[in-house]
Amino acid sequence: MMCRLQAVSFRYPGGENDALSEVSLEVDRGTHLALVGPNGAGKSTLLRIITGVLTAQRWIVTVQGREVSRWRRRDLARTVAVVSQSGEVDSDIRVQDLVGMGRNPHVKAWAPLAARDRRIVEECLEAVDLAALVDRRAGELSGGELQRARLARALAQEPALLLLDEPTAHLDLGHETRFMELVRQLTQKKSLTVVGITHHLNTASRYADHMLLLSHGSVVASGRPEAVLQPDTLDRAFGWPVHVADLGPLGHQVIPARRVGEGQP
Amino acid sequence: MRSATWIGALMALAASLAVGMLLGPADLGLGEWAAALRGEAAPATTIAWRVRLPRVVTGALTGGMLAVSGVVFQALLRNPLAEPYLLGVSSGAALGAVCALALGLSGSAYFVLPLAALAGAVVAISVVFAVAQVDRRMDTRVLLLAGVVVSAFLSACVLLVLTFVRAETLRSIFFWTMGSLSGASWGMIRAMALYGLPAVVLLYGLSRHLDALALGEETAAHLGTETETVKRLAFLLASLLAAAAVSVAGVIGFIGLVVPHAVRLVGVRDHRALTPISFLVGGSALVLADAAARTAAAPMEIPVGVVTAFLGVPLFLVLLRRTVRP
Repeated sequence: MMCRLQAVSFRYPGGENDALSEVSLEVDRGTHLALVGPNGAGKSTLLRIITGVLTAQRWIVTVQGREVSRWRRRDLARTVAVVSQSGEVDSDIRVQDLVGMGRNPHVKAWAPLAARDRRIVEECLEAVDLAALVDRRAGELSGGELQRARLARALAQEPALLLLDEPTAHLDLGHETRFMELVRQLTQKKSLTVVGITHHLNTASRYADHMLLLSHGSVVASGRPEAVLQPDTLDRAFGWPVHVADLGPLGHQVIPARRVGEGQP
Repeated sequence: MRSATWIGALMALAASLAVGMLLGPADLGLGEWAAALRGEAAPATTIAWRVRLPRVVTGALTGGMLAVSGVVFQALLRNPLAEPYLLGVSSGAALGAVCALALGLSGSAYFVLPLAALAGAVVAISVVFAVAQVDRRMDTRVLLLAGVVVSAFLSACVLLVLTFVRAETLRSIFFWTMGSLSGASWGMIRAMALYGLPAVVLLYGLSRHLDALALGEETAAHLGTETETVKRLAFLLASLLAAAAVSVAGVIGFIGLVVPHAVRLVGVRDHRALTPISFLVGGSALVLADAAARTAAAPMEIPVGVVTAFLGVPLFLVLLRRTVRP
């Protein structure tokens, strides 16, 4: 068991409703869980609870069997890494230094990066195919390259659990697929566990082992992608009728109806 | 590239120390320094050891501490306009110093004035720090606003006290607020080194965390930074550095603002290099500025804060124009 949440409820200070209510989930080692759901469903809140950025109230969240609030940040960062959709980057920072920051939780405060740290940074850059761009400035990268650099930084933390907060939201079809293929290869090679938020149900259906559909802070459905991607369930969660096509080995693909009423072919 | 910057900074400091030791109202040439080193009894020897050298060393320490303080405030507040005096350190110190001068305490011992200034700065820092604690977190936006407002309030207090003091006190207060290294002594240097240098070393140890904080607090947390601890520690240490500098040398502007930017503009971005190189460059900048202040209009001494502005601003503007990309 990599990560477990038990009956987690959370309300932002001053909020009128729970951002999450009674959410439970379990993620096995080496599997990929996709968190899906409409905007404001609580997906990002859930991720921030797993990283311990949001805390308080009574609940149980464990990573590798240990309560998240009991981890020191440095130790947690060696186990859990996050790739987010955006976030500030000093546009003058060199790609090598950006990825090198992934070694932060591993190096001592006053010490420089050791040979082993530099080798890991190099390997991570190669893994995401950025080895040729080490001396580029972050501001000179394309959107896809920057996301791969963020992935490399997360990998340099040598995590066991990789959290993806919509890292492909701004990427086109080709770049998104390339990114997800990369994640899949790496999860298999390093037996990484992945929990990823996405709005792209079809991508999720192809790459995730399990899906969790959230709506208004509650779990609406969870299980294998084909079990979650049911027209009625999606219609209720997203407020729009959809068709779901079973493409066999290509997974289940969701096609939104063109107008209300078209949902019942 | 990296080692060239280090060598450049070290050579700049060595050169400015040499210039600082040779220039001044009393003529101390290489011959006099050689005599002083041999310990020959001569008036020049006394001036060299008792006046010139302490002043140069104080300049190097003060300039270095101001520059490091500026580096940290700019990282912490994520604001390029941040500088050591922004959050009330200087106005707090000024109020402490002005009170000591107005009450006529400053003549009793050489350390009374710096101590009063330090006390004023510490009070200002504590108030700003306490106000910025929101929900057990330190909110850097609140910190910035609280600091600026407290600073304005303390400046008003200074003006209020000034209304009631005599003319000659007014003049010494005026010179104090312009900044000067004329109060330098070995005792002062020992006190400054004892708590300034450990603060610089500790801040150097926070380098990677300061780099990470530039990416936002949440990302920094994901990279293993205990953000609240780091922010508090960085604020307190940087404020203490500024307080020490102000209490010894008065308000010397521009070093803390300009030096970190100048070092960044030559391509040094990460704090593991930015912090120590800024220390070296800040030290040499202030030593040079002080040498100019002593000699430009000798035997009159120009306030060193005026010189740092006169030298620092044009130099910085040239550097800025050269390196800014369209």
